[in-house]
Amino acid sequence: MRVKYVLSEVLVGLWRNVTMTIAMIITMAVSLTMLGASGLMYSQVNDMKDLYYKNIEVSIFLTKEANEQQRADIDAKLKSDPLVKEAVFVDKAEAYKRFQEMFQDAPDLLSAVKADSLPESFRLKLVNPEQYREIYNQYKDTEGVDEIVDQSQLLDKIFKILTSVQNIALAAAAVMAIAALLLVANTIQVAAYSKRREVAVMKLVGASNWFIQAPFVLEAVVAGLIGSLLALVALIAAKYLLFDGALSDLQGLLSPVTWGDILVVFPIMAGVGGLVSAVTAWVTLRFYLRV
Amino acid sequence: MIQLEQVTKTYPKASRPSLDNVSVSIEKGEFVFFIGPSGSGKSTIIKMLLHEVTPNKGRVVVNSKDVTSMRSWKRPHFRRSIGCVFQDFRLLPNRTAYENVAFALEVIGKTKAVARRVVPEVLELVGLGGKEHRYPHELSGGEQQRVAVARAFVNRPLILLADEPTGNLDPDTSIEIMRLLDRINRTGTTVVMVTHDSNIVNQMRRRVIEIESGRIVRDQARGVYG
Repeated sequence: MRVKYVLSEVLVGLWRNVTMTIAMIITMAVSLTMLGASGLMYSQVNDMKDLYYKNIEVSIFLTKEANEQQRADIDAKLKSDPLVKEAVFVDKAEAYKRFQEMFQDAPDLLSAVKADSLPESFRLKLVNPEQYREIYNQYKDTEGVDEIVDQSQLLDKIFKILTSVQNIALAAAAVMAIAALLLVANTIQVAAYSKRREVAVMKLVGASNWFIQAPFVLEAVVAGLIGSLLALVALIAAKYLLFDGALSDLQGLLSPVTWGDILVVFPIMAGVGGLVSAVTAWVTLRFYLRV
Repeated sequence: MIQLEQVTKTYPKASRPSLDNVSVSIEKGEFVFFIGPSGSGKSTIIKMLLHEVTPNKGRVVVNSKDVTSMRSWKRPHFRRSIGCVFQDFRLLPNRTAYENVAFALEVIGKTKAVARRVVPEVLELVGLGGKEHRYPHELSGGEQQRVAVARAFVNRPLILLADEPTGNLDPDTSIEIMRLLDRINRTGTTVVMVTHDSNIVNQMRRRVIEIESGRIVRDQARGVYG
């Protein structure tokens, strides 16, 4: 009977102040969508890092005057270097072949470059691609080395952009969360005010604190959970419309967002939505009802 | 049943204490009037017995529980042994007489079946048989106060606190309410009543404790308003 009482009070409470309830749910949903989106981006960026860093290489270009001895020294040094996973030597002929493949659509450029004008190089795969700087410092002054080029520096720029987009989403989530929080607090105050007589009687006759608070707290939690469901719907819509729709041309570039990713994010959104609502409602009641 | 031991209470920002070194002992089954002018500290005593305010100094023992040091989370359970009636009735306007009394039972965890058995009984006791399904606005002031008394008594509390229960009622109705409180007192319930009503005090001839400026100036076994 008490459970039934509490549940019916929750429904009555949500309905009594329905415009406020809707406002609360919408703000909550937007905030949680932002949170979910930045969560997805976080795993996205990690996936992409794995994907890209696995394939990038550091190139050590040799000077034109580099002799056999210098080349052999560098080769030996690279082979024994613990930072280097794999080192491949690319001689002039090989470099020219790669060059031809890369620019096969530009015959003018091809004819302008002679086979022996391209520098020899070592192409390295690092054990940990982020240790590029150490490699650079070790080899930049070595005899015969002309230039060291790292592809990961370009990637870093891309990831910096992605990370800042993710941070913006997080900041938006936080700002919306503050708005949602204030709305929850206000809704609970209004609810407590409209039930002040009941609350006064309950306190008088010795109803337990949880019993007085439960309908209010659950009201907020239910709103929070509905908000997180709407956020889930928003993320599913975003996957359909953005990733599978407008951005599908970038499929090779972006790692795909799977349904699994979204399903992992949902409990986080629901948990945050429910918990934040519950705590806000509870704190509001402590100040407002002094129970 | 109730002991106040050298209790002093000063509200923040107040120039003088509401209660100043007050000691009172009330036995089980007594009927006690607290009288005195407005602001003399009578209501503070009621609030203390309900654990709504705590004294700055001294000790309050209710029902052999030391209320002075009681933690606030124990308050709800403590209050179930105390019934309370006020000048303004404090009924829920959107509930009938029956529902008002049943509400008090249900929110402390009693089942609907218990309420169905006990509520008509107690409404009969307070003289409201046949009016169970009236709303407060359909009842007279005296009848509303009877509902309030029924709600206070339905748990069979050991103590009934009444804060000017006749303050809003005409003399005849007041006497009926007093008869009701007297009957409740005869079941063994300790009754503590704060009042301004000299007629009632003079008619009942019960223990009278007079307070002035936070001090007890008179404590008389079969007193009059004076």
